[in-house]
Amino acid sequence: MAETAALAIEGLHKSFDELEVLKGIDLEVREHEVVCVIGASGSGKSTLLRCINLLEPVNAGRVLIEGEEITARGVDVNRIRQRVGIVFQAFNLFPHMTVLRNVTLGPIEALGWSKADAEALATQLLERFGLADKRDDYPDRLSGGQQQRVAIVRALAMKPDVMLLDEVTSALDPELVAEVLNVIRELAAGGMTMVIATHEMGFARDIAHRVCFLDEGVILEEGAPEQIFSSPREERTQRFLQSIIDAGRM
Amino acid sequence: MIGGRAPGEFEGLPGGGSTPPTGDRGSKILAPLKAEGARGVTIAVVSTVVVFGAIVFAVLTSSGWPVIKEAFFDPTIFWDSLSKIMGKFGRNVFIFVVAEIFVLILALILAVMRSLRGPVFTPLRILAAAYTDLFRAVPTILVILLLGFGAPSLQIMGVPHSDIFWAIVALVLVYSAYVAEVYRAGIQSIHPSQVASARALGLSRGKTMRFVVVPQAVRRVLPPLLNDFIGLQKDSALVAVLGYTEALRQAQIISAAEFDFTPYVALALVYIVITIPEARFVDWLVARDQRRRQAAGGV
Repeated sequence: MAETAALAIEGLHKSFDELEVLKGIDLEVREHEVVCVIGASGSGKSTLLRCINLLEPVNAGRVLIEGEEITARGVDVNRIRQRVGIVFQAFNLFPHMTVLRNVTLGPIEALGWSKADAEALATQLLERFGLADKRDDYPDRLSGGQQQRVAIVRALAMKPDVMLLDEVTSALDPELVAEVLNVIRELAAGGMTMVIATHEMGFARDIAHRVCFLDEGVILEEGAPEQIFSSPREERTQRFLQSIIDAGRM
Repeated sequence: MIGGRAPGEFEGLPGGGSTPPTGDRGSKILAPLKAEGARGVTIAVVSTVVVFGAIVFAVLTSSGWPVIKEAFFDPTIFWDSLSKIMGKFGRNVFIFVVAEIFVLILALILAVMRSLRGPVFTPLRILAAAYTDLFRAVPTILVILLLGFGAPSLQIMGVPHSDIFWAIVALVLVYSAYVAEVYRAGIQSIHPSQVASARALGLSRGKTMRFVVVPQAVRRVLPPLLNDFIGLQKDSALVAVLGYTEALRQAQIISAAEFDFTPYVALALVYIVITIPEARFVDWLVARDQRRRQAAGGV
């Protein structure tokens, strides 16, 4: 690859005590690329994402953001995390802060922006995602879909190079899934580089440039969504997709 | 525990837009009546009047009552001593207000020290744990005696001799050990995902503590913090053992002069009267926080 990958993962290993969750992950994500990671629960999707922004220390392997190795010793993790946005399944908004404060906390306290600049950007982002009237509300007051959209805005306010989305619709009531997926679609259309762990196969097929099937700690198969979903090569991929179809979710 | 709630139990219900705020925690005892209707209320009133009436009647007609009344409830001595006691109670207020300010600060530092992760901080954690173990174990009155009589006798240059100074120091030492544990419980009750999400934004450990963990922790532990504040308030009376004339010492003096215990009752009443509004104030704070989080902003 001629240009530097937005994100490169090389030989990533991660264990929790005796349990080896990631057994050597290699993945490159180009700028503006959307990569969906699919796989059964417990296959290591969340762990993979959490390793990318160092929320989990890795046991072996390297992670590079735009060519800079972030797993190297002595790297300032706070600076790295500012460049990698992550959105969690359970939203994890700060319940004691208003929506606006949730969104401006990072820019002000981590990036050192002025309050006025941070609020201007936050207001603009909240408007863009239809949350302008919620800016002074506390998170508990919002629906799950709204909370998740705020969480996405909170990550975006840091102007990250890469966004990691960790099953962001899994905790939502079915009728609220679409509003969150639409936000992600808009981000993809805007050229945001994203790694998305998801159970929404239809969505993955629509949005992904590339789909990776994670199985037992390795990327067993990867390819264009049409290929993975229509003619998966690996038997385990076929079985996984069949189980999704059987569950009526595709 | 105020209103019978554990810390952390007053988490908001997500999306509970139409749920009325459940902040009416002061009237828990009477709350079951709402479900019972008019008949229930009648029964409650009658049974209450009968039971309390019987108790009052039994006390007032008992053979020992006249003696007790004179020894504990003499109206003349009561009013006379109350004004004198109130005059000295200002000293107690000074002691516990000053002590509480330092307790809240020192305890938070201790709790944060003990909550630090990472091998580098091991000495700090040990220090904080040892401090808590030590000052929770020793009776407050002993710490007051040791410091109140001991420290001035050292005659070190620059060290104050005032007994009140050392009494306040003793109370701060003891109560910050208790309050540190309350804070720590609050800090530990904050879900790790809150920390993860703050760190994911690139916030340092310190800023994560300051903006995300501690503010939520303090809100959760307000009721038990009040508990310890009331404890401190009451223990300001222990300073009397140093011979310092605060309200209890004053009551003792009057009591000894009059051969009567009414001054003690008067002082007890003073403590009750100042404590109840404090409890209601904290109830109100907790309810307000809950209301704001669940129903704030323009809908």
